[in-house]
Amino acid sequence: MIDFFNLAVQYLPELFLTALKYTLPLTAISFFFGLIFASLTALVRVAKLPQNEWAAALLQIVKWIANAYVWFFRSTPLIVQLFIVFYGLPNAHIALFQSAWVSAITVFSLNTGAYASETIRASISSVPEVQKQAAESLGMTRAQVYLYVVLPQAARISIPPLSNSLIGLLKDTSLASVITIVEIFYLSQQIAAANYKVLSMYILVAMVYAFFTSILSIGQHYLEKYTSRFAQ
Amino acid sequence: MIQVKNLSKHYPDKVALEDINLTFPADHTTAIVGPSGSGKSTLLRSLNLLDRPDTGTLQIDQLILDLAKPLTNGQILQIRQKTAMVFQEKALFTHLTVLKNLTEGPIKVQKKSKEEAESSAKELLKQFNMTELANRYPYQLSGGQQQRVAILRALAMSPKYLLLDEPTSALDPELEAQVLRVLKELAKKEVSMVIVTHNMSFAEQVADQVVFIDDGHVGYAGPTDGFFHSNEKRIKQFLGAMSF
Ligand SMILES: Nc1ncnc2c1ncn2[C@@H]1O[C@H](COP(=O)(O)OP(=O)(O)OP(=O)(O)O)[C@@H](O)[C@H]1O
Ligand SMILES: [Mg+2]
Repeated sequence: MIDFFNLAVQYLPELFLTALKYTLPLTAISFFFGLIFASLTALVRVAKLPQNEWAAALLQIVKWIANAYVWFFRSTPLIVQLFIVFYGLPNAHIALFQSAWVSAITVFSLNTGAYASETIRASISSVPEVQKQAAESLGMTRAQVYLYVVLPQAARISIPPLSNSLIGLLKDTSLASVITIVEIFYLSQQIAAANYKVLSMYILVAMVYAFFTSILSIGQHYLEKYTSRFAQ
Repeated sequence: MIQVKNLSKHYPDKVALEDINLTFPADHTTAIVGPSGSGKSTLLRSLNLLDRPDTGTLQIDQLILDLAKPLTNGQILQIRQKTAMVFQEKALFTHLTVLKNLTEGPIKVQKKSKEEAESSAKELLKQFNMTELANRYPYQLSGGQQQRVAILRALAMSPKYLLLDEPTSALDPELEAQVLRVLKELAKKEVSMVIVTHNMSFAEQVADQVVFIDDGHVGYAGPTDGFFHSNEKRIKQFLGAMSF
Protein backbone atom coordinates (compact mmCIF):
# COMPACT_ATOMS: atom_id res chain seq x y z
CA MET A 1 0.00 0.00 0.00
CA ILE A 2 2.79 2.31 0.98
CA ASP A 3 4.48 1.16 -2.18
CA PHE A 4 1.46 2.10 -4.29
CA PHE A 5 1.22 5.48 -2.58
CA ASN A 6 4.86 6.19 -3.35
CA LEU A 7 4.38 5.20 -6.98
CA ALA A 8 1.37 7.49 -7.20
CA VAL A 9 3.32 10.42 -5.83
CA GLN A 10 6.15 9.64 -8.18
CA TYR A 11 4.21 9.11 -11.43
CA LEU A 12 0.82 10.84 -11.16
CA PRO A 13 2.25 14.30 -11.95
CA GLU A 14 3.83 12.97 -15.12
CA LEU A 15 0.65 11.09 -16.09
CA PHE A 16 -1.47 14.19 -15.52
CA LEU A 17 0.94 16.35 -17.46
CA THR A 18 0.86 13.90 -20.36
CA ALA A 19 -2.94 13.83 -20.21
CA LEU A 20 -2.96 17.61 -20.48
CA LYS A 21 -0.49 17.54 -23.37
CA TYR A 22 -1.86 14.56 -25.32
CA THR A 23 -5.07 12.90 -24.16
CA LEU A 24 -7.12 16.04 -23.60
CA PRO A 25 -6.08 17.91 -26.76
CA LEU A 26 -6.62 14.76 -28.84
CA THR A 27 -10.07 14.39 -27.33
CA ALA A 28 -11.05 18.04 -27.63
CA ILE A 29 -9.82 18.58 -31.18
CA SER A 30 -11.28 15.30 -32.42
CA PHE A 31 -14.62 16.01 -30.76
CA PHE A 32 -14.74 19.50 -32.22
CA PHE A 33 -14.18 18.26 -35.77
CA GLY A 34 -16.35 15.22 -35.06
CA LEU A 35 -19.29 17.48 -34.23
CA ILE A 36 -18.77 19.43 -37.44
CA PHE A 37 -18.73 16.21 -39.50
CA ALA A 38 -21.72 14.94 -37.55
CA SER A 39 -23.80 18.08 -38.05
CA LEU A 40 -23.05 18.30 -41.76
CA THR A 41 -23.78 14.62 -42.25
CA ALA A 42 -27.00 14.79 -40.25
CA LEU A 43 -28.21 17.84 -42.19
CA VAL A 44 -27.45 16.13 -45.50
CA ARG A 45 -29.28 13.03 -44.40
CA VAL A 46 -32.45 14.81 -43.21
CA ALA A 47 -32.55 17.29 -46.12
CA LYS A 48 -35.54 16.95 -48.43
CA LEU A 49 -34.78 16.68 -52.13
CA PRO A 50 -35.39 20.03 -53.86
CA GLN A 51 -37.69 20.57 -56.87
CA ASN A 52 -34.86 21.30 -59.27
CA GLU A 53 -33.78 18.03 -60.93
CA TRP A 54 -30.06 18.78 -61.04
CA ALA A 55 -29.97 19.95 -57.46
CA ALA A 56 -31.92 16.86 -56.43
CA ALA A 57 -29.52 14.54 -58.27
CA LEU A 58 -26.54 16.26 -56.69
CA LEU A 59 -28.03 16.06 -53.21
CA GLN A 60 -28.83 12.39 -53.76
CA ILE A 61 -25.19 11.68 -54.55
CA VAL A 62 -24.07 13.59 -51.46
CA LYS A 63 -26.58 11.58 -49.42
CA TRP A 64 -25.05 8.34 -50.69
CA ILE A 65 -21.59 9.51 -49.75
CA ALA A 66 -22.83 10.48 -46.29
CA ASN A 67 -24.50 7.10 -45.86
CA ALA A 68 -21.38 5.26 -46.98
CA TYR A 69 -19.25 7.30 -44.57
CA VAL A 70 -21.47 6.57 -41.58
CA TRP A 71 -21.75 2.91 -42.56
CA PHE A 72 -17.96 2.44 -42.88
CA PHE A 73 -17.02 4.03 -39.58
CA ARG A 74 -19.79 2.34 -37.66
CA SER A 75 -19.10 -1.11 -39.05
CA THR A 76 -15.33 -1.32 -38.59
CA PRO A 77 -13.21 -1.28 -35.41
CA LEU A 78 -11.52 1.95 -34.48
CA ILE A 79 -8.14 0.26 -34.17
CA VAL A 80 -8.42 -1.07 -37.73
CA GLN A 81 -9.28 2.42 -38.97
CA LEU A 82 -6.17 3.79 -37.23
CA PHE A 83 -3.99 1.10 -38.82
CA ILE A 84 -5.41 1.74 -42.28
CA VAL A 85 -4.75 5.45 -42.12
CA PHE A 86 -1.40 5.47 -40.34
CA TYR A 87 0.27 2.28 -41.65
CA GLY A 88 -1.84 1.23 -44.62
CA LEU A 89 -2.12 4.34 -46.71
CA PRO A 90 1.59 5.38 -46.55
CA ASN A 91 2.52 1.78 -47.37
CA ALA A 92 0.46 2.06 -50.57
CA HIS A 93 2.27 5.34 -51.28
CA ILE A 94 -0.83 7.31 -50.44
CA ALA A 95 1.08 9.46 -48.03
CA LEU A 96 -1.85 11.54 -46.88
CA PHE A 97 -0.79 11.81 -43.30
CA GLN A 98 2.76 11.16 -42.28
CA SER A 99 2.09 12.54 -38.86
CA ALA A 100 0.65 10.31 -36.17
CA TRP A 101 -1.18 13.28 -34.70
CA VAL A 102 -2.95 14.17 -37.91
CA SER A 103 -3.81 10.51 -38.50
CA ALA A 104 -5.20 10.13 -35.00
CA ILE A 105 -7.26 13.29 -35.14
CA THR A 106 -8.59 12.37 -38.57
CA VAL A 107 -9.68 8.90 -37.54
CA PHE A 108 -11.05 9.90 -34.14
CA SER A 109 -13.05 12.80 -35.51
CA LEU A 110 -14.44 10.85 -38.46
CA ASN A 111 -15.35 8.00 -36.15
CA THR A 112 -17.01 10.22 -33.57
CA GLY A 113 -18.71 12.14 -36.38
CA ALA A 114 -20.27 8.97 -37.79
CA TYR A 115 -21.83 7.98 -34.47
CA ALA A 116 -22.80 11.51 -33.46
CA SER A 117 -24.46 12.14 -36.81
CA GLU A 118 -26.96 9.42 -35.96
CA THR A 119 -27.60 11.07 -32.61
CA ILE A 120 -28.05 14.49 -34.17
CA ARG A 121 -30.24 13.13 -36.94
CA ALA A 122 -32.51 11.43 -34.41
CA SER A 123 -32.75 14.62 -32.33
CA ILE A 124 -33.60 16.72 -35.37
CA SER A 125 -36.35 14.32 -36.41
CA SER A 126 -37.79 14.27 -32.93
CA VAL A 127 -38.80 17.95 -33.10
CA PRO A 128 -42.55 17.85 -33.80
CA GLU A 129 -43.55 18.63 -37.38
CA VAL A 130 -46.29 20.99 -36.21
CA GLN A 131 -43.75 23.28 -34.54
CA LYS A 132 -41.88 23.60 -37.82
CA GLN A 133 -45.14 24.41 -39.58
CA ALA A 134 -46.00 26.95 -36.91
CA ALA A 135 -42.63 28.61 -37.47
CA GLU A 136 -43.13 28.59 -41.22
CA SER A 137 -46.59 30.06 -40.86
CA LEU A 138 -45.03 32.95 -38.92
CA GLY A 139 -43.09 33.67 -42.09
CA MET A 140 -39.76 32.09 -41.16
CA THR A 141 -37.57 30.77 -43.96
CA ARG A 142 -36.39 27.16 -43.90
CA ALA A 143 -33.05 28.30 -42.51
CA GLN A 144 -34.72 30.34 -39.75
CA VAL A 145 -36.95 27.42 -38.82
CA TYR A 146 -33.85 25.30 -38.33
CA LEU A 147 -31.87 27.96 -36.55
CA TYR A 148 -34.51 29.16 -34.11
CA VAL A 149 -36.83 26.21 -33.62
CA VAL A 150 -35.31 22.89 -34.64
CA LEU A 151 -31.67 23.17 -33.60
CA PRO A 152 -32.18 24.57 -30.08
CA GLN A 153 -34.54 21.69 -29.29
CA ALA A 154 -32.40 19.11 -31.08
CA ALA A 155 -29.33 20.34 -29.19
CA ARG A 156 -31.02 19.76 -25.87
CA ILE A 157 -32.20 16.30 -26.83
CA SER A 158 -28.75 15.30 -28.07
CA ILE A 159 -26.78 16.51 -25.03
CA PRO A 160 -26.93 13.25 -23.04
CA PRO A 161 -25.97 10.94 -25.92
CA LEU A 162 -23.32 13.37 -27.19
CA SER A 163 -21.81 13.59 -23.72
CA ASN A 164 -21.56 9.83 -23.74
CA SER A 165 -19.77 10.01 -27.09
CA LEU A 166 -17.31 12.53 -25.66
CA ILE A 167 -16.58 10.31 -22.67
CA GLY A 168 -16.19 7.33 -24.98
CA LEU A 169 -13.82 9.30 -27.18
CA LEU A 170 -11.64 10.30 -24.24
CA LYS A 171 -11.19 6.65 -23.34
CA ASP A 172 -10.68 5.64 -26.98
CA THR A 173 -7.73 8.01 -27.34
CA SER A 174 -5.79 5.30 -25.47
CA LEU A 175 -5.74 3.55 -28.86
CA ALA A 176 -3.52 6.32 -30.22
CA SER A 177 -0.73 4.39 -28.48
CA VAL A 178 -0.82 1.85 -31.31
CA ILE A 179 0.22 4.52 -33.80
CA THR A 180 3.19 5.70 -31.73
CA ILE A 181 1.57 8.56 -29.82
CA VAL A 182 2.86 8.55 -26.28
CA GLU A 183 -0.38 9.40 -24.52
CA ILE A 184 -0.99 8.34 -20.93
CA PHE A 185 -1.69 4.69 -21.57
CA TYR A 186 1.48 4.28 -23.65
CA LEU A 187 3.40 6.18 -21.00
CA SER A 188 2.13 3.88 -18.25
CA GLN A 189 3.16 0.86 -20.35
CA GLN A 190 6.66 2.29 -20.78
CA ILE A 191 7.02 2.97 -17.05
CA ALA A 192 5.68 -0.47 -16.16
CA ALA A 193 8.15 -2.06 -18.53
CA ALA A 194 10.96 -0.32 -16.70
CA ASN A 195 9.91 -0.70 -13.05
CA TYR A 196 7.89 -3.94 -13.27
CA LYS A 197 5.07 -2.42 -11.19
CA VAL A 198 2.60 -3.52 -13.83
CA LEU A 199 -0.62 -3.69 -11.81
CA SER A 200 0.07 -0.46 -9.92
CA MET A 201 0.89 1.46 -13.08
CA TYR A 202 -2.25 0.32 -14.89
CA ILE A 203 -4.37 1.13 -11.85
CA LEU A 204 -2.81 4.58 -11.76
CA VAL A 205 -3.56 5.23 -15.42
CA ALA A 206 -7.10 3.93 -14.95
CA MET A 207 -7.50 6.45 -12.13
CA VAL A 208 -6.36 9.28 -14.38
CA TYR A 209 -8.92 8.30 -17.05
CA ALA A 210 -11.64 7.97 -14.41
CA PHE A 211 -10.74 11.38 -13.03
CA PHE A 212 -11.23 13.14 -16.35
CA THR A 213 -14.33 11.18 -17.42
CA SER A 214 -15.90 11.91 -14.03
CA ILE A 215 -15.34 15.61 -14.54
CA LEU A 216 -17.07 15.30 -17.90
CA SER A 217 -19.96 13.41 -16.31
CA ILE A 218 -20.42 16.14 -13.74
CA GLY A 219 -20.39 18.74 -16.50
CA GLN A 220 -22.96 16.68 -18.38
CA HIS A 221 -25.17 16.58 -15.31
CA TYR A 222 -25.22 20.37 -14.93
CA LEU A 223 -25.66 20.96 -18.64
CA GLU A 224 -28.65 18.64 -18.68
CA LYS A 225 -30.13 20.29 -15.65
CA TYR A 226 -29.74 23.70 -17.25
CA THR A 227 -31.20 22.72 -20.60
CA SER A 228 -34.06 20.63 -19.24
CA ARG A 229 -35.76 23.67 -17.74
CA PHE A 230 -38.32 23.54 -20.55
CA ALA A 231 -38.70 19.77 -20.68
CA GLN A 232 -41.92 17.90 -20.13
CA MET B 1 -60.46 39.82 -48.87
CA ILE B 2 -59.09 36.34 -49.51
CA GLN B 3 -60.29 34.78 -52.71
CA VAL B 4 -59.54 31.39 -54.26
CA LYS B 5 -60.49 30.47 -57.79
CA ASN B 6 -60.49 27.05 -59.46
CA LEU B 7 -58.36 25.69 -56.65
CA SER B 8 -57.61 21.96 -56.80
CA LYS B 9 -55.40 19.67 -54.76
CA HIS B 10 -54.91 16.04 -55.66
CA TYR B 11 -53.01 13.47 -53.65
CA PRO B 12 -51.81 10.40 -55.56
CA ASP B 13 -54.76 8.36 -54.31
CA LYS B 14 -57.21 11.06 -53.30
CA VAL B 15 -58.78 14.23 -54.62
CA ALA B 16 -58.60 16.49 -51.58
CA LEU B 17 -60.10 19.61 -53.21
CA GLU B 18 -61.68 20.01 -56.63
CA ASP B 19 -62.31 23.34 -58.34
CA ILE B 20 -62.94 25.44 -55.25
CA ASN B 21 -64.16 29.02 -55.72
CA LEU B 22 -64.61 31.00 -52.53
CA THR B 23 -64.35 34.48 -51.09
CA PHE B 24 -63.50 35.26 -47.48
CA PRO B 25 -64.39 38.92 -46.98
CA ALA B 26 -62.27 41.09 -44.71
CA ASP B 27 -63.72 41.83 -41.27
CA HIS B 28 -65.90 38.76 -41.48
CA THR B 29 -65.77 35.50 -39.62
CA THR B 30 -66.07 32.45 -41.81
CA ALA B 31 -66.70 29.00 -40.38
CA ILE B 32 -65.57 26.06 -42.48
CA VAL B 33 -67.54 22.95 -41.63
CA GLY B 34 -67.93 19.50 -43.13
CA PRO B 35 -67.43 15.80 -42.54
CA SER B 36 -64.07 14.36 -41.52
CA GLY B 37 -61.70 13.95 -44.44
CA SER B 38 -63.72 16.29 -46.67
CA GLY B 39 -60.79 18.69 -47.23
CA LYS B 40 -61.33 21.45 -44.65
CA SER B 41 -57.78 21.47 -43.35
CA THR B 42 -56.35 21.27 -46.83
CA LEU B 43 -58.41 24.30 -47.84
CA LEU B 44 -57.40 26.32 -44.78
CA ARG B 45 -53.72 25.37 -45.08
CA SER B 46 -53.81 26.32 -48.75
CA LEU B 47 -54.72 29.86 -47.74
CA ASN B 48 -51.27 30.41 -46.24
CA LEU B 49 -49.48 27.94 -48.51
CA LEU B 50 -48.62 25.37 -45.84
CA ASP B 51 -50.30 23.03 -48.32
CA ARG B 52 -49.58 23.74 -51.96
CA PRO B 53 -52.57 23.32 -54.28
CA ASP B 54 -51.84 21.96 -57.75
CA THR B 55 -53.79 24.59 -59.64
CA GLY B 56 -55.88 27.68 -59.06
CA THR B 57 -55.31 31.25 -57.98
CA LEU B 58 -55.02 32.65 -54.50
CA GLN B 59 -55.70 36.30 -53.94
CA ILE B 60 -55.09 38.11 -50.67
CA ASP B 61 -55.98 41.78 -50.91
CA GLN B 62 -53.89 43.15 -53.81
CA LEU B 63 -51.64 40.12 -54.18
CA ILE B 64 -52.72 37.52 -56.75
CA LEU B 65 -50.80 34.26 -57.14
CA ASP B 66 -51.08 31.60 -59.80
CA LEU B 67 -50.63 28.45 -57.76
CA ALA B 68 -49.77 26.28 -60.75
CA LYS B 69 -46.50 28.19 -61.10
CA PRO B 70 -43.50 28.00 -58.77
CA LEU B 71 -43.73 30.68 -56.08
CA THR B 72 -40.87 32.80 -54.88
CA ASN B 73 -39.94 33.00 -51.20
CA GLY B 74 -40.95 36.64 -51.30
CA GLN B 75 -44.45 35.83 -52.48
CA ILE B 76 -44.86 33.16 -49.84
CA LEU B 77 -43.65 35.57 -47.16
CA GLN B 78 -46.14 38.21 -48.30
CA ILE B 79 -49.00 35.75 -47.95
CA ARG B 80 -47.79 34.59 -44.55
CA GLN B 81 -47.46 38.12 -43.24
CA LYS B 82 -51.12 38.76 -43.97
CA THR B 83 -52.26 35.51 -42.39
CA ALA B 84 -51.55 33.69 -39.17
CA MET B 85 -52.34 30.10 -38.32
CA VAL B 86 -53.55 28.35 -35.20
CA PHE B 87 -53.24 24.58 -35.28
CA GLN B 88 -55.30 21.77 -33.89
CA GLU B 89 -52.36 20.12 -32.13
CA LYS B 90 -50.12 21.66 -29.53
CA ALA B 91 -47.82 23.81 -31.62
CA LEU B 92 -46.15 26.20 -29.18
CA PHE B 93 -42.36 26.26 -29.29
CA THR B 94 -41.59 24.03 -26.34
CA HIS B 95 -38.13 25.48 -25.70
CA LEU B 96 -39.42 29.02 -25.27
CA THR B 97 -41.44 30.72 -22.55
CA VAL B 98 -44.89 32.08 -23.33
CA LEU B 99 -43.49 35.58 -23.73
CA LYS B 100 -40.75 34.38 -26.08
CA ASN B 101 -43.29 32.37 -28.07
CA LEU B 102 -45.13 35.63 -28.67
CA THR B 103 -42.04 37.66 -29.56
CA GLU B 104 -40.21 35.12 -31.75
CA GLY B 105 -42.10 35.98 -34.95
CA PRO B 106 -42.13 39.77 -34.48
CA ILE B 107 -38.38 39.79 -33.73
CA LYS B 108 -37.08 37.22 -36.21
CA VAL B 109 -39.48 37.82 -39.09
CA GLN B 110 -40.76 41.36 -38.71
CA LYS B 111 -37.38 42.57 -37.37
CA LYS B 112 -38.92 44.45 -34.48
CA SER B 113 -36.72 45.40 -31.56
CA LYS B 114 -36.85 43.16 -28.51
CA GLU B 115 -38.30 45.96 -26.36
CA GLU B 116 -41.04 46.75 -28.82
CA ALA B 117 -41.96 43.08 -29.36
CA GLU B 118 -42.01 42.41 -25.63
CA SER B 119 -44.14 45.39 -24.76
CA SER B 120 -46.76 44.49 -27.36
CA ALA B 121 -46.68 40.86 -26.25
CA LYS B 122 -47.22 41.90 -22.65
CA GLU B 123 -50.04 44.16 -23.77
CA LEU B 124 -51.70 41.21 -25.52
CA LEU B 125 -51.27 38.96 -22.49
CA LYS B 126 -52.80 41.61 -20.29
CA GLN B 127 -55.71 42.13 -22.64
CA PHE B 128 -56.59 38.43 -22.41
CA ASN B 129 -55.86 38.08 -18.68
CA MET B 130 -52.85 35.84 -19.12
CA THR B 131 -50.13 38.09 -17.70
CA GLU B 132 -49.20 35.57 -15.02
CA LEU B 133 -48.35 32.97 -17.69
CA ALA B 134 -45.67 35.11 -19.36
CA ASN B 135 -42.63 33.33 -17.94
CA ARG B 136 -43.94 29.78 -18.01
CA TYR B 137 -42.87 27.13 -20.47
CA PRO B 138 -45.57 25.43 -22.56
CA TYR B 139 -45.39 22.23 -20.50
CA GLN B 140 -46.46 24.25 -17.47
CA LEU B 141 -49.76 25.25 -19.13
CA SER B 142 -53.10 23.47 -19.43
CA GLY B 143 -54.27 22.49 -22.91
CA GLY B 144 -56.71 25.39 -22.96
CA GLN B 145 -54.05 27.85 -21.87
CA GLN B 146 -51.66 26.51 -24.52
CA GLN B 147 -54.25 27.01 -27.21
CA ARG B 148 -55.04 30.55 -26.03
CA VAL B 149 -51.34 31.37 -26.05
CA ALA B 150 -51.15 29.93 -29.59
CA ILE B 151 -53.91 32.32 -30.60
CA LEU B 152 -51.99 35.22 -29.07
CA ARG B 153 -48.81 34.11 -30.84
CA ALA B 154 -50.74 34.39 -34.09
CA LEU B 155 -52.21 37.76 -33.10
CA ALA B 156 -48.78 39.08 -32.12
CA MET B 157 -47.93 39.11 -35.83
CA SER B 158 -50.82 41.58 -36.36
CA PRO B 159 -52.22 39.47 -39.19
CA LYS B 160 -55.13 40.70 -41.19
CA TYR B 161 -56.53 37.19 -41.39
CA LEU B 162 -56.49 34.68 -38.59
CA LEU B 163 -56.76 31.06 -39.74
CA LEU B 164 -57.72 28.43 -37.19
CA ASP B 165 -57.90 24.68 -37.77
CA GLU B 166 -60.20 23.08 -35.17
CA PRO B 167 -58.41 24.92 -32.37
CA THR B 168 -60.55 23.31 -29.68
CA SER B 169 -61.02 19.77 -30.87
CA ALA B 170 -58.26 18.41 -28.63
CA LEU B 171 -59.72 20.06 -25.52
CA ASP B 172 -62.18 19.10 -22.80
CA PRO B 173 -65.52 20.95 -23.04
CA GLU B 174 -64.62 23.26 -20.17
CA LEU B 175 -61.31 24.26 -21.75
CA GLU B 176 -62.97 24.50 -25.13
CA ALA B 177 -65.35 27.08 -23.71
CA GLN B 178 -62.40 29.18 -22.49
CA VAL B 179 -60.90 29.23 -25.95
CA LEU B 180 -64.18 29.82 -27.74
CA ARG B 181 -64.86 32.83 -25.51
CA VAL B 182 -61.56 34.34 -26.62
CA LEU B 183 -62.42 33.71 -30.26
CA LYS B 184 -65.88 35.17 -29.85
CA GLU B 185 -64.36 38.30 -28.41
CA LEU B 186 -61.93 38.45 -31.33
CA ALA B 187 -64.69 38.00 -33.89
CA LYS B 188 -66.24 41.23 -32.65
CA LYS B 189 -63.01 43.08 -33.34
CA GLU B 190 -61.34 44.00 -36.57
CA VAL B 191 -59.59 40.66 -37.14
CA SER B 192 -60.93 38.58 -39.99
CA MET B 193 -61.20 34.94 -39.03
CA VAL B 194 -61.46 31.75 -40.99
CA ILE B 195 -62.08 28.90 -38.62
CA VAL B 196 -62.49 25.21 -39.25
CA THR B 197 -64.79 23.95 -36.52
CA HIS B 198 -66.94 21.00 -35.61
CA ASN B 199 -68.77 23.04 -32.98
CA MET B 200 -72.02 23.94 -34.73
CA SER B 201 -73.42 26.13 -32.00
CA PHE B 202 -70.20 28.15 -32.00
CA ALA B 203 -70.36 28.46 -35.80
CA GLU B 204 -73.98 29.56 -35.62
CA GLN B 205 -73.30 32.19 -32.97
CA VAL B 206 -70.07 33.63 -34.26
CA ALA B 207 -69.78 33.15 -38.01
CA ASP B 208 -70.94 35.70 -40.54
CA GLN B 209 -70.71 33.11 -43.26
CA VAL B 210 -70.45 29.36 -43.47
CA VAL B 211 -68.54 27.28 -45.98
CA PHE B 212 -69.60 23.66 -46.11
CA ILE B 213 -66.99 21.36 -47.65
CA ASP B 214 -68.24 17.99 -48.76
CA ASP B 215 -65.88 15.43 -50.28
CA GLY B 216 -63.54 18.05 -51.76
CA HIS B 217 -66.31 20.25 -53.12
CA VAL B 218 -68.07 23.36 -51.85
CA GLY B 219 -71.49 22.18 -50.68
CA TYR B 220 -72.55 25.60 -49.41
CA ALA B 221 -71.06 29.05 -49.13
CA GLY B 222 -73.19 31.87 -47.81
CA PRO B 223 -74.83 33.47 -44.79
CA THR B 224 -74.82 31.51 -41.56
CA ASP B 225 -78.60 31.57 -41.18
CA GLY B 226 -79.07 30.17 -44.64
CA PHE B 227 -76.87 27.23 -43.80
CA PHE B 228 -78.51 26.28 -40.55
CA HIS B 229 -82.00 26.58 -42.03
CA SER B 230 -81.17 25.01 -45.36
CA ASN B 231 -83.53 22.51 -46.89
CA GLU B 232 -80.85 20.87 -48.91
CA LYS B 233 -80.64 17.15 -48.26
CA ARG B 234 -76.84 16.88 -47.83
CA ILE B 235 -76.72 19.79 -45.41
CA LYS B 236 -79.62 18.51 -43.34
CA GLN B 237 -77.98 15.13 -43.25
CA PHE B 238 -74.70 16.64 -42.06
CA LEU B 239 -76.33 18.82 -39.41
CA GLY B 240 -78.38 15.83 -38.30
CA ALA B 241 -75.23 13.78 -37.88
CA MET B 242 -73.59 16.56 -35.84
CA SER B 243 -76.37 16.61 -33.24
CA PHE B 244 -78.02 13.76 -31.43
N1 LIG C 1 -50.39 13.98 -47.24
C1 LIG C 1 -51.49 13.36 -47.69
N2 LIG C 1 -51.42 12.31 -48.54
C2 LIG C 1 -52.51 11.70 -49.00
N3 LIG C 1 -53.76 12.05 -48.69
C3 LIG C 1 -53.92 13.10 -47.85
C4 LIG C 1 -52.80 13.80 -47.30
N4 LIG C 1 -53.28 14.78 -46.50
C5 LIG C 1 -54.62 14.68 -46.53
N5 LIG C 1 -55.01 13.67 -47.35
C6 LIG C 1 -56.40 13.28 -47.66
O1 LIG C 1 -57.08 14.40 -48.17
C7 LIG C 1 -58.40 14.43 -47.67
C8 LIG C 1 -58.67 15.77 -47.03
O2 LIG C 1 -57.90 15.89 -45.84
P1 LIG C 1 -58.12 17.05 -44.80
O3 LIG C 1 -57.11 16.91 -43.75
O4 LIG C 1 -58.15 18.34 -45.53
O5 LIG C 1 -59.57 16.71 -44.24
P2 LIG C 1 -60.38 17.45 -43.09
O6 LIG C 1 -61.68 17.86 -43.67
O7 LIG C 1 -59.58 18.50 -42.44
O8 LIG C 1 -60.65 16.25 -42.07
P3 LIG C 1 -60.75 16.29 -40.47
O9 LIG C 1 -62.08 16.87 -40.13
O10 LIG C 1 -60.69 14.84 -40.09
O11 LIG C 1 -59.62 17.09 -39.95
C9 LIG C 1 -58.53 13.27 -46.69
O12 LIG C 1 -59.24 12.23 -47.35
C10 LIG C 1 -57.13 12.88 -46.40
O13 LIG C 1 -57.05 11.50 -46.18
MG1 LIG D 1 -58.66 18.70 -40.51
